[in-house]
Amino acid sequence: MTTPLLRVEDLKARYGPVQVLHGIEFNVFKKEIVVVLGANGAGKTTTLRSISGMVETSGLIEFDGQPTKKLNPSEIVRRGVAHVPQGRGTFPELTVEENLKVGAFIRTDKDIKTDIEACYSSYPVLYERKAQTAGSLSGGEQQMLAVSRALMSRPQLLLMDEPSLGLAPQIVEDLFTRFVTMNQDHGTTMLIVEQNAQLALDIASRAYVLESGEVTIEGRAEELVNDDAIRKAYLGT
Amino acid sequence: MDLLLQRIFDAITNGSTYALIAVAMVLIFKATTLINFAQGEQAMLGAFAVLQLWNWGIPMWWAVIIGMLFSAALAAGLERAFIRKFDPTDHLPLVIITLGLFLVINAIAAIIWRFDPQSFPQLFPSGNAFTYNNVRLSWYSIFAFGSCVLVLLIFQTLLTKTKVGLAFRAVSSNLESSRLSGINIGPTLQFGWALAAAAGTLGASIYAANPVLQIEPSMMLRALIFSVTAAALGGLDSLWGALIGGLTIGFVQSVVVQYIPFIPNEMSLSAAVVVLLIVLTLRPSGVLGTRTVERV
Repeated sequence: MTTPLLRVEDLKARYGPVQVLHGIEFNVFKKEIVVVLGANGAGKTTTLRSISGMVETSGLIEFDGQPTKKLNPSEIVRRGVAHVPQGRGTFPELTVEENLKVGAFIRTDKDIKTDIEACYSSYPVLYERKAQTAGSLSGGEQQMLAVSRALMSRPQLLLMDEPSLGLAPQIVEDLFTRFVTMNQDHGTTMLIVEQNAQLALDIASRAYVLESGEVTIEGRAEELVNDDAIRKAYLGT
Repeated sequence: MDLLLQRIFDAITNGSTYALIAVAMVLIFKATTLINFAQGEQAMLGAFAVLQLWNWGIPMWWAVIIGMLFSAALAAGLERAFIRKFDPTDHLPLVIITLGLFLVINAIAAIIWRFDPQSFPQLFPSGNAFTYNNVRLSWYSIFAFGSCVLVLLIFQTLLTKTKVGLAFRAVSSNLESSRLSGINIGPTLQFGWALAAAAGTLGASIYAANPVLQIEPSMMLRALIFSVTAAALGGLDSLWGALIGGLTIGFVQSVVVQYIPFIPNEMSLSAAVVVLLIVLTLRPSGVLGTRTVERV
């Protein structure tokens, strides 16, 4: 078996006196889409924030074979981890184009313009609104922009925190279809935290279920879709 | 009529200097929604540095430029030493630190330069550019206003055309996503502190160079209050709002007090605050400030 792109072992995290993660363990391999399911407060967001270096943790997080424990968020981005935070991944006062430029902040190469154009051709609506502020976009457009912003750093691993939150079902479906395309065309590895279990399991190869800061179920997505416990708790059937 | 025109010209003179200090405050507020109460004192210290350099025989404008660089470096140091350890979103400790800096800087200036007012070198040509009947527009007014506009144009270019400016605006807009985009928050805010201090020093130098004023450690106390009012009036996160706010406050100070007889001169500051209250009631984010819309 190949070494995972992201390896997490015995990860614990706390906010002040409240311990949120009680030693979780999971892997993400190159070119996979892995989804983390769980109810509110299960520690999904904290898991992603730990990987990005935004919270104090103990345990092991290894990215591309290197531990990231001593790195700050900025250095972790430079290693190739991009993160779309929950619901507020854009810079509302900046224009669409400036948002994309901020996404490329860590880069010094000459291809930034080309990447911005590539992004415009896959999302023509962003091209039409490139001079508008991000805050004036609709919820779905903002989420597209947030994902595009994250991709501008040319990440090896894309972390997404509830990309479907607050969006109309049709828009969510379109967004997830794009994730699949991105994954197939560019081999972008993704770790997605979601409450919309049905859609997430449809596009994921593997899934982990977090409950009160612990991984309780893990497996291949197509198996979990048919798992009775999962169906009851997360699919509502 | 002549009197009104004269008062408007006076308003431009005072307003421009308030605007320069206000711009400095706006820069810091934009990034961290923090009002730096030490801004006026940092500016005063910078102006004293300019005076000191000039006393040592350095040409006037070189003294101003070196003074601005000195205060920028000092502000960068203050940010690193006192501000950065604290969570930028938790304001109370930061406000108390800026109040502490206010007192300490004031005391240091008083120890070095004493409280006696000293005359400040002329930055601009003396005399009037324009005289008509009793109306006079001095070169000082024109240059003070011009310097203010120039500083705003430079800042606007820095913020919109450079990478560090973009990072600064990104941090102002969304701290978390800035971190997640690889921006180092500390040095970016430090850049804002340095820039703000340089503008403040220019403002205080122009203020002290006013032919009717002198430089002394407490000279910015009054100006600070006018400048905070100006910044709030224009919109605390808007650079050009600071200019509009500064001019409005200058206008209220000189015109309203002249024409509304029951407001005595001593009340000019209160009159400015009343105008602020009226504006903020009608437009809570100030004249040009960003109106925040929160999605909940």
